Amino acid sequence: MSDVPVLRTEDLGKRYGSTWALRDCSLEIPAGSITALLGPNGAGKTTLLQLAVGLSRATTGQLEVLGLSPWADQETLLPRVGFVAQERPLHRSFTIAETLKLGRVLNTTWDDDLAVSRIESLGLRLSQTVGKLSGGQQAQVALTLALAKRPDLLLLDEPVASLDPLARREFLGTVMEAVAETGMGVILSSHIVADLERVCDHLVILSHARPLLVGPLDELVACHRLLIGPRTDPATVARVHAVIHESHTDRQSSLMVRANGHVYDTCWEQHEVGLEDVVLAYLGQRHGPAERVLEEAVR
Amino acid sequence: MIEFHVETRSGVPTYLQIVQQVRRAVRLGVLRPGDQLPTVKDVVAGLAINPNTVLKAYRELDLEGVTEGRRGIGTFVREHVDALPQQDVKQLRTSLQKWVAHARAAGLDDEMIGALFADIVRPTTISSVAS
Repeated sequence: MSDVPVLRTEDLGKRYGSTWALRDCSLEIPAGSITALLGPNGAGKTTLLQLAVGLSRATTGQLEVLGLSPWADQETLLPRVGFVAQERPLHRSFTIAETLKLGRVLNTTWDDDLAVSRIESLGLRLSQTVGKLSGGQQAQVALTLALAKRPDLLLLDEPVASLDPLARREFLGTVMEAVAETGMGVILSSHIVADLERVCDHLVILSHARPLLVGPLDELVACHRLLIGPRTDPATVARVHAVIHESHTDRQSSLMVRANGHVYDTCWEQHEVGLEDVVLAYLGQRHGPAERVLEEAVR
Repeated sequence: MIEFHVETRSGVPTYLQIVQQVRRAVRLGVLRPGDQLPTVKDVVAGLAINPNTVLKAYRELDLEGVTEGRRGIGTFVREHVDALPQQDVKQLRTSLQKWVAHARAAGLDDEMIGALFADIVRPTTISSVAS
């Protein structure tokens, strides 16, 4: 695999009318990484993915996917990118065979053997009608269409949100198996943190149309701490560490910090945190001090 | 061949859980020298985890000398790894089973049995320091 980042943006923005769906978005996602795009509804996740496949055009800034422009280099880029949109757009009245035929006709690169063997390994028959399949099976068919292009990058917009836990596991298992075989990069948006923790190695948190936190997942989680101590003004801590979220009772303060090295002050009881704690701390906090810090962190 | 189990909420990093499961399987003789570990592809398909997590675990096991990665073929348990002597394991297991039955008969529940066991195994606990 090459070292060209799968996604690189600079001051990327997309405005619909007077509303910014995405803005001030500068980030880089390295080759071969599996990236979680996290954030509440309306945060800009779908907008970013649609820009990446050229379904819409940026209002401001730069965007490169696999080193190419999704708008200017469409013909060379799109055969290399697999995309499964949020609603898994499949023709419900088609059989699986007809669905695969459509994929074969519409794509310049298409591995029919791969598509057929995937369908068989899912225990499905080519004669089955798509509309009669379960949600999990439909998701797998949509994924098969994307994988049969043998893409270098796979984009999945909320692929598992509507699936039950078992179907989610099977779907993500299929994606990971394909990654193990090909080394392709994956960017998937979701808000089910537990699934992402198992699967992803990179993280992008979006909120209010802006990226809040970007980087390797392990490092990001490791540098955050929960500090619990006597009621204090967080300003002292904030001189050294970035305070992401704070809550206070009359006797006690709890601070979620992005630690800048060690926390030496012994009045704080320090706790390690998980991905979910980190995500909630960032999303629970909108216009506080974190926003400034985060913008620095993003750069 | 063994199958891995992963608990994301346990606080133990996923790669380490795989390392521990292989080590344990080797010590208990479930995996023997020359046995092949599941391929990365099979592990990630079953568990829906990142392939790099499995690669990291297998690299760690290689470094520890428990396994040996053969390029393009797979990862295998090394010859001469320290498995516990099978006869001893069997005897210890039987006597421990008897002990557990004894403890249950005495009214200890699983949590108490676990606590008592941990207390004996770990030398830093208060009771062993006191005694």
